[in-house]
Amino acid sequence: MSTATIHDDPQLRARFSELKPALAPQAAVIEADRCLNCFDAPCTAACPTHIDVPGFIKRIASGNVRGAALRILDANILGSSCARVCPVDVLCEGACVMHWHNRQPIQIGLLQRHAMDAFYAASELPPMASTAARNIKVACVGGGPASLACAAELRRRGAEATIIERRTLPGGLNTYGVAEYKLRAADSLREVEMIRRIGVEFRFGVSIDSEADLEKLESEFNYVFLGIGLGAMQQLGIPGEDAEGVMNALELIAAYKTGHLRELHGTVVVVGGGNTAIDAANAARRLGAETVYLLYRRSADEIPAFDFEYEHAKQEGVQFLWRRQPLAVRRNEHGRLLVDTVQVRQLDKTLLPIPDSHYTIACDLLVPAIGQSPLTQLIRELRGIEVRDGRIVADPFTGHTSNPRYFAGGDCVNGGREVVDAVAAGKRAALAILETPEVAAHA
Amino acid sequence: MPDICVRNFAGRISSPNPFWLASAPPTNTGEMIMRAFDAGWGGAVWKTIGEPVTNVSSRYSSIDWQGQRIMGFNNIELISDRAVEENLREMTEVKKRYPQNVVIASLMVASNREAWHEIVSRSEDAGADGLELNFGCPHGMSERGMGSAVGQVPEYTEMITAWVKEKARTPVLVKLTPNISDIRVIARAARRGGADGLSAINTINSITGIDLDTFIPRPNVDGKSSHGGYCGPAVKPIALNMVQQIMVDPEAMLPLSGIGGIASWRDAVEFMLLGSGTVQVCTAVMHFGYRIVEDMIEGLENWMCSKGFETIDDFRGLSVNRVSEWKHLNLNYKIVARIDEQKCIGCDLCHIACWDGAHQCIHLDRVSGPVDGHVELHPVPAAKEAESRASLALTPVTRKERTVDPAVRGPYPAPLARIPRVDETECVGCNLCSCVCPVDGCITMVRVNNDLAPETWDERTHGTACSVQPQTQ
Repeated sequence: MSTATIHDDPQLRARFSELKPALAPQAAVIEADRCLNCFDAPCTAACPTHIDVPGFIKRIASGNVRGAALRILDANILGSSCARVCPVDVLCEGACVMHWHNRQPIQIGLLQRHAMDAFYAASELPPMASTAARNIKVACVGGGPASLACAAELRRRGAEATIIERRTLPGGLNTYGVAEYKLRAADSLREVEMIRRIGVEFRFGVSIDSEADLEKLESEFNYVFLGIGLGAMQQLGIPGEDAEGVMNALELIAAYKTGHLRELHGTVVVVGGGNTAIDAANAARRLGAETVYLLYRRSADEIPAFDFEYEHAKQEGVQFLWRRQPLAVRRNEHGRLLVDTVQVRQLDKTLLPIPDSHYTIACDLLVPAIGQSPLTQLIRELRGIEVRDGRIVADPFTGHTSNPRYFAGGDCVNGGREVVDAVAAGKRAALAILETPEVAAHA
Repeated sequence: MPDICVRNFAGRISSPNPFWLASAPPTNTGEMIMRAFDAGWGGAVWKTIGEPVTNVSSRYSSIDWQGQRIMGFNNIELISDRAVEENLREMTEVKKRYPQNVVIASLMVASNREAWHEIVSRSEDAGADGLELNFGCPHGMSERGMGSAVGQVPEYTEMITAWVKEKARTPVLVKLTPNISDIRVIARAARRGGADGLSAINTINSITGIDLDTFIPRPNVDGKSSHGGYCGPAVKPIALNMVQQIMVDPEAMLPLSGIGGIASWRDAVEFMLLGSGTVQVCTAVMHFGYRIVEDMIEGLENWMCSKGFETIDDFRGLSVNRVSEWKHLNLNYKIVARIDEQKCIGCDLCHIACWDGAHQCIHLDRVSGPVDGHVELHPVPAAKEAESRASLALTPVTRKERTVDPAVRGPYPAPLARIPRVDETECVGCNLCSCVCPVDGCITMVRVNNDLAPETWDERTHGTACSVQPQTQ
């Protein structure tokens, strides 16, 4: 069975043209030649998957592009999507010593993409790390980056790995949740297809939400890796937010990426200040909304979004309303959505409404984007696994949970970080599974 | 403004500046040379005149390095493929229009006296200010008993130079090939033959590279290549060494026109510091055009101003005697590397270079405190790297995580843990770290006083300074 593909939509492609186009081959070599080839390079140390950055860059410079791709994949099986979605400014490129040399950092993300694109164009597969088959079966629950990385690493080392995903498409947020101008759903699926081709099994439309499901898993598999991510986005907790015309940021992004939402008009209000809020606001602009407001309860200095995301949103024409909170959602007699808001000020850690600062925004779509809630329901079922603040407690180096048959990694453990963090955690868990006494005995 | 004129070079050649075009494609025709003079070139050595040849298609190849084009250049082009009379007619025209500029006729004919006498007379009649005997061309012509086939045999060099001198009324320069184990042998032969000056060096035998798809070396002439003459920036150090060797040899030393990788006024000054009276340029012009001479002239003048030199002779040859045999170097001169923490960017290339290419004395141990001394235990570089790859790194997603703790940052621009430390007791002063450091002025080599009187190997082994004692203050 081939993993599903997604319908190519020229209108979507035109509206979400790539933010950072690929480097031309000669430009890639020139950029690669700029790399100083630092010893114990800070970029490599900053990368959660510790990709040998100078190593792959020097391979590009020498014309060994295949070697560059293999070098990347050896550390990070999702090297292609990470090249596109990683916040490189705060990771590898942020750590580049060129910053202290009064020069632009090496464009590591684009160089990584250059190597990975060539690799996929050649329809190659990464080599197996070990040829010996291991008589061990692992279920990776959730089809996102953490599970994909865990399953691929297990497979590359001779174990059997099965991804169990409740949706119809694999890839998790890589497929459903990343802004299309950074990573196309089709590119995410291409990457998953490569993982399928190295021998990882996929099951779609399978939910694990009962004791019986768990028992079934445990009877079929030796170990279970939980890469289940976070749950639905949090509610605003204000009257009227269940109204039609309210759609949370992840729903909005998934809807346009899968072709279910092709156009927007009028005014869109996004509530929140994180990277996902920015993605949703930019998407609304690109889908055709004339006016997009982003409401954030604190000041511009305090938004959790990365600086480059904020700058990008300004360029997209998103208008920011600082220190403003929604109070209620209504509909007027013409059927328009009315969002009652108020200006707030911060006193210590509490936000106080400012008198006479109420203002009602008429809009066509309200998009809450205030973070995802943990998937407590499933986790509650897993007796014996420690959960704290809605997150699974797992050893950061090994992914071990308090139940020896269960490992975990990615957003469900770290509370929501980046794709590359999930990949690193999935890979570490795979290596830890292979080092358990039972598996080591079989090897 | 300093005077950069050249007066009475090799006897009677005067030039408005020391910058000449070498005998090569940029001096192929009178039209080209006149445009070069308009651009500011002081002289031109005409593309070698002789019995016209047929050239092949695809003649050049080059070496690029790290994205920079033409670090080295190679050609398999022969001498002029135009008739002798055509070249000489144009030469007359050039001299008529540009009497102040120098035109040298580069010559190469079959090895018989009459042929040489004839070409010398005709060239001088055409108005040449001097003659350059091409005994250096390493490809093609040498297979026909000319070019480097002459320049590799001292007897031939001396004989043909003498034939030319029987007839010549203008100064005669002999152009030397570097494709010989000791260039001084040929320089001495040229001098014995009566040469008035030398030009050095010609190109170096080379194969620049091979196409990894077709296995055909470059330049490709219908599936085959031939060894060519290598030139360009890459050959400058070889040329400087040969010029210096000639200029300190009493039997070889003659007025010399320096050639080999000269692309800027800086290169030219280096050749002059080793005694060259003029310099010749080809590859840089083939790369960027005649216009490069503007900066060569201005740069030379500005440098001379800054140093207080009024004429080229004020500094010509100043470095010749700064090169000596190894045995005369002071064994007790001691320098060590110093790293400027304010400039260090933490690339740690000096650390890995010192460990893998030198003497294991640049360490990454600043955060563990000073540990100077002879007996030190340091993790090998691979262990250091393995440690950071086993570390846990997370994307800093919150503003707080993205704020760098000043305690981690340290007092310098780069994190303290990445600024290397030199163990000066172990440093041998080899210069390697300062060569690899990408930041100008970050690593300097500093002299340390070891209280030892100068002593050379020569002195040590001949006993003339064997009883040197540490001086007490």
